[in-house]
Amino acid sequence: MSLVIENLTAQIPDRQILNGLNLTINPGEVHAIMGPNGSGKSTLSKVLSGHSDYEVTAGTVTLDGQNILDLEVDARARTGLFLAFQYPHEIPGVSNANFLRAALKARLPEGEDIDAVAFYKQLYTRMDQLEMDRSFTGRSVNEGFSGGEKKRNEILQLMMLEPKYAILDETDSGLDIDALKVVARGVNAMRSESRGFLLITHYQRLLDYIQPDIVHVLMDGQIVLTGGKDLALKLEEKGYDWVKDEVLATA
Amino acid sequence: MVTALDNDITDIKADNIGDFTFPERNKFDAGFGVSPRTVDYISDVKNDPDWIREFRHKALEIFNSKPMPTHWATKDLDNIHFEEFRYYLSDGQKPKRSWDEVPEDVKRTFERLGIPEQERKFLAGVEAQYDSEAAYSNVKKVLEDQGVIFVNSTEGLHKYPEIFRPWFGKVIPTSDNKFSALNSAVFSGGSFIYVPKGVKVSHPLQAYFRINSEQFGQFERTLIIADEGSEIMYMEGCTAPKFETSTLHSAVVELVAMKGAKIQYVTVQNWSSNVFNLVTKRGIAHEDAEVRWIDCNIGSRLTMKYPGVIMKGKRARGEVISIALANSGQHQDTGAKMIHLADDTTSNVVWKSISIGEGRSTYRGQVHIPKHLKGCKNNTECDALLINSSSRTDTYPAISVKGNKHATQHEASVSQVSEDQIFYLMQRGLTEAEAMSLSVNGFINDLVKEFPMEYSVELKRLIDLEMEGSVG
Ligand SMILES: Nc1ncnc2c1ncn2[C@@H]1O[C@H](COP(=O)(O)OP(=O)(O)OP(=O)(O)O)[C@@H](O)[C@H]1O
Ligand SMILES: [Mg+2]
Repeated sequence: MSLVIENLTAQIPDRQILNGLNLTINPGEVHAIMGPNGSGKSTLSKVLSGHSDYEVTAGTVTLDGQNILDLEVDARARTGLFLAFQYPHEIPGVSNANFLRAALKARLPEGEDIDAVAFYKQLYTRMDQLEMDRSFTGRSVNEGFSGGEKKRNEILQLMMLEPKYAILDETDSGLDIDALKVVARGVNAMRSESRGFLLITHYQRLLDYIQPDIVHVLMDGQIVLTGGKDLALKLEEKGYDWVKDEVLATA
Repeated sequence: MVTALDNDITDIKADNIGDFTFPERNKFDAGFGVSPRTVDYISDVKNDPDWIREFRHKALEIFNSKPMPTHWATKDLDNIHFEEFRYYLSDGQKPKRSWDEVPEDVKRTFERLGIPEQERKFLAGVEAQYDSEAAYSNVKKVLEDQGVIFVNSTEGLHKYPEIFRPWFGKVIPTSDNKFSALNSAVFSGGSFIYVPKGVKVSHPLQAYFRINSEQFGQFERTLIIADEGSEIMYMEGCTAPKFETSTLHSAVVELVAMKGAKIQYVTVQNWSSNVFNLVTKRGIAHEDAEVRWIDCNIGSRLTMKYPGVIMKGKRARGEVISIALANSGQHQDTGAKMIHLADDTTSNVVWKSISIGEGRSTYRGQVHIPKHLKGCKNNTECDALLINSSSRTDTYPAISVKGNKHATQHEASVSQVSEDQIFYLMQRGLTEAEAMSLSVNGFINDLVKEFPMEYSVELKRLIDLEMEGSVG
């Protein structure tokens, strides 16, 4: 029972971006991925989610034993994979509450509907945890939200949808220091023995608030280095050139 | 020219409302094509007063003399062969079908839209009558107490000629266009409403309340007069697909809002894709009056409909809120006509269209503000959403604003639901069709709010249905 990525190779027309990537996330674990701009971090998250821009040319991905590469985007999501986007999309005219209801309803058998009272109770509890104003339920999804509000809204969705595996793509970028703490608290509240996380970040600071179990370095579409929390500190101090030297030395 | 409403119409007594009895119907139809004989036939069957008979004959001449407007409208109009239609069917000649004969997909759509059992039968053409007496009786009592007249147009012209006649054919002259002329020659069915001074009708009035087989007829004629300071909302149609046997529909609707009055006319129509729906709708707003058209057009082979408001008195307001949904094989050619004839008049047009598959939507607008006026305002917004790459939209705004003492604003946009938006929604677990219909519902959400609650719920379901077939 894990999210297992083996030799994942993916490309856009005439360019390979993921070059045989290996990564296993067990329930209960928090993994962090760091890596230079353009190294393929967001691509990894989108390939896992099934974005049609990318063609998988080799490798496998299984979620608790199920091969998800053959599934459509929505089916992957319903098996328990969640992606907090680096750039969350705006959906004009669709209220946050209706959006979440639709997403939850999509997980129910055909013809069943969610209990509205319980839904709002849960929604308000989660919003309170994220210190989000109630007015956000009625506002269109992400429309006119500030950068930080969008990120918070991604975490709200995570909390409502309760996935088995959550990928957070640079959720910390654009958050002020107080917001970072609030969001981290939200994520920590969702940490559990049955849930795995993959945090994509550029800043070790996030990892002060959400303590990772394992830290990876992604370069040129591959995981090149894996370590504990101190790896993030070392990266912060020494930069990615150090990783290159390190990788060359061990090669 | 517009004639003033006679003052003594307010003396109409409420107690003789509703006891009108229809003359025994002739069991034969008028045959195919439209000729003076057809017109006489209809006048005979309907026991028309002479002035109506003359009105019809004159209209027929005008109809015959007018060319098809294919110099600006779609050439598809040339496929209408007037000689192939029947222009009047008495009840005995209406094609009857049993519920078993109604196609499965139509039944399924009724089911999905949650249309009540009895309405389904009516809409499917199984029953000629929609019995809503129970639902209507309370409303009817309230209306009677307030002196509101709400009858079908035939009854209106027979019983209330002193109110009916001064306005009938005055907002939309017979010669307005080829189809208004056709309607004027052969009209039957439709509503006549008169709201006395100062009366605010709290319930929206629905054609359903007194529906009969003529109500959804091919050539309806509706006239609504709201006397000074009164208010009324009228609703027609429903989101369920009308199961059509006749393919040419041409209605005329005239609204008169006297000083300070307010009329809202809500239409939701879902035609099957063999129907030509060529409608003329216009209202006059006198001083401080307001006319609002809230219009949703779904389906049909071709709909041509440009609700208009003539702002005749100072500070009058006109508004058109319009939603068009065109799927493959369908063309929605809709828009608005705003004629400013007094100072400080304000008009607003918000039009949104959704084209699915090879569906085509066209906005055609006209805003007219003459030079001698001042302080007029118009706002026009047109937003088109294309679902597939083969969908199509065009806009033809004609804004003739003379003089510089006015404020006009026109915005238009064409957009597509982006792939990234669909990806985002699907990543949250929604199927592609659900993602699409949520996006489309979002697109028209601000306009749907203008519709009465039951319509907006139905509209949402309908869009879900339309989207199911459009993706994958
Ligand atoms: N759909 C696409 N079309 C073209 N190029 C793409 C596409 N997706 C990714 N790329 C390219 O692949 C490389 C990896 O992009 P990706 O967004 O995964 O980087 P990243 O590691 O997330 O970077 P950052 O830290 O800046 O967010 C980049 O060079 C990017 O331009
Ligand atoms: Mg990225």
